Parts: sequence; structure tokens; C-alpha cells
Amino acid sequence: MNSLTIVVCSLLYLGLLFGIAFWAERRERTLVARQKQSLLNNPYIYALSLAVYCTAWTFYGSVGQAATQGINFLSVYIGPTLAAPLWWIVLRKIIRICKIHRITSIADFISARYGKNRGLGILVTVICVAGIIPYISIQLKATAVSFALLSGQSSATHAPSFLTDQAFYMTLLLGAFTILFGTRKLEATERHEGLVTAIAFESLVKLIAFLSVGLYVTFGLFDGPGDIFERASQQPALQASLTFGPGHSSADWFWYTLLSIPAILFLPRQFQVAVVENVEERHLNKAMWLFPLYLFLITLFVLPVAFGGKLWFGNTGLDADGYVLSLPLMTGQKGLALLAYIGGLSAATSMIIVETTALSVMISNNVVMPWLVSRPAWQLKLGNQSSRFVVYTRRLAILTLLLISYGYYRDVSDRFSLVSVGMISFAAVAQFSPAIIGGICWKNGAQAGARLGLIVGTAIWFYTLIVPTLIPVLLPESLLTDGPFGLSFLKPQALFGLNSLTPIAHSVFWSLFFNVGCYVWGSINRPQTALDHNQAILFVDVFQFNRPSENTAIWKGKVSVDALRKLLITFFGPEQSQQTLERFARRNRLIDRQSYADPGLVTFTETMLAGAIGTASARILVSSIAKEDPITVDEIIRILKTSQELMTVNKELERKSNELQQLTQQLSETNERLKQMDQQKDEFLSTITHEIRTPITSIRALTEILHDNDDVDTATRQQFLGTVIKESERLTRLINQVLDLERFESGRMRLHLEPLLLRDVIKDAVEATAQLASEKYVTVQFLANCPPTPVVADRDRLMQVLINLLSNAIKFCEPEKGHIIVRLIVEGATCKVSVCDNGAGIDPALHSLIFEKFYQVQGDHRKPKGSGLGLAITKKIIELHNGSIDVDSQPGHGSVFTFQLPLSTG
Amino acid sequence: MANVLIADDEPNILLSLEFLMKKEGHKVFIARDGGEAYELLQHHKPDLLMLDIMMPRMNGLELCKYVKSTDGFQHSKIIILSAKGKEIDIQRGYESGADLYVAKPFSTRDLVAKVNQLLSA
Repeated sequence: MNSLTIVVCSLLYLGLLFGIAFWAERRERTLVARQKQSLLNNPYIYALSLAVYCTAWTFYGSVGQAATQGINFLSVYIGPTLAAPLWWIVLRKIIRICKIHRITSIADFISARYGKNRGLGILVTVICVAGIIPYISIQLKATAVSFALLSGQSSATHAPSFLTDQAFYMTLLLGAFTILFGTRKLEATERHEGLVTAIAFESLVKLIAFLSVGLYVTFGLFDGPGDIFERASQQPALQASLTFGPGHSSADWFWYTLLSIPAILFLPRQFQVAVVENVEERHLNKAMWLFPLYLFLITLFVLPVAFGGKLWFGNTGLDADGYVLSLPLMTGQKGLALLAYIGGLSAATSMIIVETTALSVMISNNVVMPWLVSRPAWQLKLGNQSSRFVVYTRRLAILTLLLISYGYYRDVSDRFSLVSVGMISFAAVAQFSPAIIGGICWKNGAQAGARLGLIVGTAIWFYTLIVPTLIPVLLPESLLTDGPFGLSFLKPQALFGLNSLTPIAHSVFWSLFFNVGCYVWGSINRPQTALDHNQAILFVDVFQFNRPSENTAIWKGKVSVDALRKLLITFFGPEQSQQTLERFARRNRLIDRQSYADPGLVTFTETMLAGAIGTASARILVSSIAKEDPITVDEIIRILKTSQELMTVNKELERKSNELQQLTQQLSETNERLKQMDQQKDEFLSTITHEIRTPITSIRALTEILHDNDDVDTATRQQFLGTVIKESERLTRLINQVLDLERFESGRMRLHLEPLLLRDVIKDAVEATAQLASEKYVTVQFLANCPPTPVVADRDRLMQVLINLLSNAIKFCEPEKGHIIVRLIVEGATCKVSVCDNGAGIDPALHSLIFEKFYQVQGDHRKPKGSGLGLAITKKIIELHNGSIDVDSQPGHGSVFTFQLPLSTG
Repeated sequence: MANVLIADDEPNILLSLEFLMKKEGHKVFIARDGGEAYELLQHHKPDLLMLDIMMPRMNGLELCKYVKSTDGFQHSKIIILSAKGKEIDIQRGYESGADLYVAKPFSTRDLVAKVNQLLSA
């Protein structure tokens, strides 16, 4: 493909990035006025920005690695995926700490945790720069190689001078981008809206590009994944790479996976996007599964592409790192090849941009500024230009870093693959994990331990991973084979005789082993300074202190408010400083004209400065203007205890108030229930009186008529007297039922339990209602050949239940057509009795109501009425026998009442 | 002689009321629920209605309100006969337009006397 086309496309793509970043920055500025949400306040953008983890290494390198070593490439994606659920604990804590203390980078974090120590900040910065520059340089290399591949040049030859090398110009362009969007603001803790938006966009581009190539290779060149793996398995070399055979040790898997867990958090670029640019802690919730999903998608087609390349090209010596590009290119898909190239470009550029931004902040805030602010003469010279100086330092740092990386790429990086350099960087960054993890979990973790661990760990890393790369150019071959001075136990790749691991695993094992050891040993044996201890408590217990910077100010001394104001003005300008101070005064209800600052204000000023120039520098600045009294550990503990006690009291109060609220609610609920019960009782009474009055009315009226009229004919007299008798019986029944029900409800009902045969009880009940049934010409059928069914029950009560159900059934059947079937079935340890009629049926909506007292089905008025208590009592009796009763019915289709009782086991 | 409509869902109460009214020489119509009473009303325009309150389909108070608010029933007198005997129930009965509220159980002699009084007024 024509070089010019590719250059134009690359420029267009970078131009698009500039455009997106500009747009996002402008949008943010207008948003502040309109009080709308920032674009970054969105878990999806956050998760996408985390995908800056996937560099050119992922894009090109994992295919190369998969082609030579099979599934080994997966380990660095499995690590972050496995560890993602832990982010809620670890990452959230780190984010909270950084927000409160305005921490700007991983170097600042370690320096701040261990007594705001300047030396530690420098040390971490140096480790980062040393570990990351090769990493940046291979991104440049990947871009240059992909350019060469696409344009058809031989990738082996370098442009003779950097002036004719496109990679050089791309480096400059990236520098310009990073300077423009990475150093807009002085306060490094503020979010880089444009930068992060562009990064999220790049993550999308590389994902789409890689998936497109993957789909093309899998389904375009081959017949789906099945086809590729089928063919690959026929080639012995490829088949071997799919299994854990010789050459794949599970120890390597373990160490690679382990290594990628701290890398995802502590690589400067990851720390930048995950912590510094984080808008809301709760975005972690989504990112915890979105990011692993991204990793899954971007690794999905690695194996198909790798095998596809191997199968397609055979052993033509084509570098497998370039398959993503060469496969579409060689098969005539120029557009797709260009897309793949842009994807690779986006993977490389996003890494370079974020990494250099993060490193530049480290260099300015942890190396240059502490040095500068401890020199009053320099400070004087700069005067109000300090903030500009900080920004220029960062810009210079960005350019320097990029140029060094470029130089490294031209002169050194040729000798390594993408993957090996990446792993070396991972191993360097892993050295921070003891100091960081220990720092947020272990209050006794001390400065001396952190420094010792970092130095020793990094030294071992250097000796085991970097030194061998200098052989044989700078160092003799014998170092590797015989060890220094012939001491074979010091061989760089087999320390103390450990020679069964690959170089990376070997290095990680020993460096972390000694790093952790030294950290713990140093922390235990060297006492913490007061400041060290103070910071330890603030970090470890960060969730217990809401705003430690103001409420638990640990500072003792004298400094005028004016001096602090001047200090702020130096870095933030008069306007912003005034606003900040006023905001602080409002929040803490301070009287404006104090001449001496209280500890809260001093700490506040220091934290503000820390956000701009780093923790250590801020410390130096503030102590330079304040007459500070030495503060003892006891005093710190006292101050912290007071604040903790305050919080405890607060919590206690809150708890009490909650309890009270609960109690009130309970009380009102009880009251409500009592009211309800009272209402129910009223209703019961009024229904009862109504039910009693009705038969009495008939009895009284009819007897009065008979009494006053001697001339009533015999037939009428007989009818009236018969009615009086029936109504008297009804009254008696009603009173008995009310008394029954009362006994059930008050729990005074005693059952006279005895062993019975249920079959016989049913037979008796059917006989007892035979008269009633035959009066209506209703047939009742009970199959007497059913099992005898032994139960333990109260015979009279059971009869009551059966007679009630039977007479109900008879009552609701039409005369002459009625047919009632009683069934008895045994099911496991229970027996079921059902009374089935072909009467009027009951609306399902009423099924639960009919078992309530005084509920009467409003039916044909010609039917004789009951008391409305029968089913309520029936239900109580069955429940008292540990059974249950149920109804199944539809209007017009009859009803089935079924009750269950437990069988007697004896 | 007057037309008397008696509505109650208790057949045994109907039995005694029917006897009493017939004995006084009135023409008696029997309704076993509110709906039946409503239909009989339309045809017979009774001079006296004896209504129970709690009846299926249409209750006595509704019937009462209907009669008192409809043309053609200006002459109709209404007695409510109910087992509900509380102040509030009696008040509601009169509010619905009843001329007399009699609580069950009642004295037959008193009831007959009151009916005659109402009809002659």
C-alpha cells in the first residue's frame, strides 16, 4: 500500500483524536455553567478507559505469542479478570484515599503513605521511568513495524536518520497531544476530560478493529473456528501449543497471572485512569464486569488468528506478531488491513499518551518540585510564576520521556519481542505492591521497610531481568553461565540454584520474596516517625474518617493565615486562592479575620498544594513557613482517638434514634392491630345479635299470633308451631356454635382424641344426614370399600365437620338432581376426605372468604339459611387436628371441599 | 283496604307478616329479596311497604330512597323492619325517607296498631 495513504490515514486518525479531545474539553467547560453531568461520569466510559491496559502488546503481541506458545498469552488477561471482584475492596480504598489526600500518582501515593517522604517518591518515580521507557519504546516499535508491513517496506531496515523516520514524527505528534490534553491544568488531581474521552474512544477503535480482523480470518478465510482448530490439530507443532506439554509449566502460568494482578492497578497509566481520573466510586461496580468482558472480547479471536496465520503462511518466516495485519493484507483486503493498522495505532498511542502523562506528573511532583521548594532562593526567583513552572516541567518531562523512548526504540528495542518487554515492565511495577497493599492494610507498615523493600526488590529485578539483556554487548557471557566472579549461586537467571523457572517467573519470585521480606522486617524493626504513623492510620482507616484533612488535623504550631494565603496564591493565583479559602471558612464556620491559622486550615492548605505539586513538596513548603512544634506519637493518637470517639458517639446516637423510630413504628403497628381487632369484635357482636334476633322475631311473632287468634285453622296452626320449633332449634344451634367458636378462638377447646377408623366415622356421618338428603331427593354416595384409615381424632368434632360439609352440599344442590360423592384417599402419611357436589358452585374470588365467620354465600333466597359459622368452625376443628381444608369450585360446576388429616402412625 | 308490599329474605318472618296484614283485610304482595320488591313496586304502587334492610340484590334503604324520590309513589308509606337496632341504623332509616322504623323482634299488636295509624293518616 502506498506510504502516503497510510501517513494521511494516520494523520486523519490522530486529527480525529484531537477533535474528540477538544470537543470533550469544550463540552465540559460549558457543562459547568449548565450544571450538567460530565461525560466521564459514566461507568461505561470508565471501563473503556481502563482498557488502556490493552496496548500494542495485546493487539499484535498476543497473536505472536499464541502462534509460538499457544494459550500462554491468556494468563495476563486471566489475572485481572480473576482479581476484578477484589477491586471493590482494594481499588475503592485507594480511590477514596487519593480523593481525600489529593494524591496524583502512584509515586505520590507511596510517598504520602510513608510519612510524605520525598526519597520514596523519587525512588518510585525512578523505578517507573526505568521500567516503563522500554515499554513505551516497543509501542513505537510496533507502530513503525506495522507501518512498514502495511507499506510493503522491509521491517528490518531502519530509516538512516531520524529525520526521515516516520516514527520520529509520530512521537512528536503524540508529544503534542499529550502536552495539550495532559497538562492543561496545574492540579494533577483534576480530571483530564478530553484525554480520557479520547482514550475511551481509542479502546473502542482497537476492539472493533481486532474483532473485524478476527471475524474475517475465522469466517472469511476459513470456515469458522471449528475449521481452523480442526486443521491446526493436524499439524503437530500447533497441536502441541494447545496443551500443557513440555515447555509450558504451570508455574509460569501462576507467576504470569499473579504478575498481571498488580499491573492492572499499579502501572502508572492504569493508576491514572483507574484512580486519578475516577469520578465516582460506584462506577467500579460496573467496571468490575465490563472490563473483564472487554478482555474476553479482545482475546476471543487471538487463537483463530494465530492458527489461521500459521496455516495460511506456513513456515515462510513471517513474524507472527504481524499476523493481524499481514493476513488481511496478503489476501487482498486492503481496507481491513488499514483498519487493523489504525486499531494497532490506537492501542499504541493510548498507552503512550496516558503513560507519559502519568510519568510527567510523577517527575514534576515527586522529583522536581520537592527539590525546588526546598531551595528558598529558587522559590524567590520564580515568585508567582510557580504554577507555570510546574506545568512547563511536565511538558518538558513528556517530551524528554518520548524522545528517550524513541532513542531506546532505535538503538535497543529491536532485540525483544513485544511480550517480553511488557512482562519486564509488569515485573518492575509489581515491586510496588508490598508497599501499597501493606500501606492500606497494615498500620505498622513503615517508611524504612517500604524503602528497603523497594530498593532490594528493584535491584533483584534489575539484576535478573535487565542485566541479562546487556549480555554480550556490555557484559561478558560468563556472567550468565558461571555467575559473577565464578559464584554460580549468583547466576542472574538461576539465583540460589533456582533454575526451573522462566526468566520472568524466576525474577518475580526472588524480587517479590525479598521485597516482602525486607518490607516486613524493616517495618517491624525500625520505629515509625510521628508523621509516618499519622499517615498510616489515615490510610488504613480511611473509611472511618470522613474528612481527615479537616476534622482530624494533626498539626501543632504557629503560622499566620496570611502566610498560607500567599503560599496558595503562588500556585493557584489570587482569585482561586481567595475562593478556596472562603469555601473552607464557610464549611468550618470560621470567623474571617483570624491572624493565626488553626490546624485544620494548615492541613487544608497542604492538601490543596499536594494536589498541584505532590504530597512531599506540599509538606516541605508548609513546614518552611510554619514554626512547627514537634508532635509526638502520643499526641497523634490522642487527636485521632478524639475524632474517632466523636464518630462513635455519633454512630451511637444514630443507632439510638433508629431504635426509637423502630419502636414507634412497632407501637403504631400494634395500635393499628388492636384497633382492627376491636373493630372485628364489634362486627362480630353486631352480626351475632342480628343472627339471634332473626329467629326470635319469627318465634315471637308467630306465638303472639297464635296467642291472640283462637280461630286459626289447624293446618296454619301446625305450620306456625312447626316453624316456631325450627326457629328455636336454629337459635339453639347458633348459640352452641358461637360458644364453640369462642372456645376455639380463646384456645380453651379440648379435643378428646382417640384412635378412630376414618372410614367408619364417614359412614356414620352419611347416615346421619341421610334424612336431610332424602327429603330433597339428593343422593349421597360413599364407597365403603375404601381403606379403613386409622386416625387419632375427636370423634364428635370430626362428625361435626362431616355433617357440616354434607349438609352444606345438600343445601346447595338442586332437589332431585343433586348428587354428592364422598371420597377417602390415603396419600403417604396423610389422608384426604373430599365432599363433592353438583350444586351451585362458588366463585373462586370467594374461596378464601367462605371460611370466615358469618360469611354467607348470597344465593337463591329460597334456600334455608345457616348461621354463617359452620365452615369457620369446621376449619378450626381441622386445624386443631393438624390438618388443612380447601375448596375447589366454579359457579355452576359444583364444589369440592377437601380436608387432609395426618394418618396415625401407631 | 290497602295494598301492602312485604319484602324480607327470611321466609318465616314473611309468614307472620303476611298473616297479620291479611287478617286486617289488606291485599298483600310478597317479595323475597330487594330485586323482587322493586319489580312488584312498579306494577302495584302499594300504599304501604314493609321492608327489611339486609336483602340480596337491593337493600331496604335503597328501595326506600327510590320510592320517596319517584313520581307515582307520593301516597306510599314505608315501614322499615330490621334486626339492626342501633341509633345510627334508625337514623339512617329515617334519612332514607322511612315513615317508621321498627326494630326486630317486634310486638305484633303494636305493629298492627302503627300500620293502621299510618294508613289512616
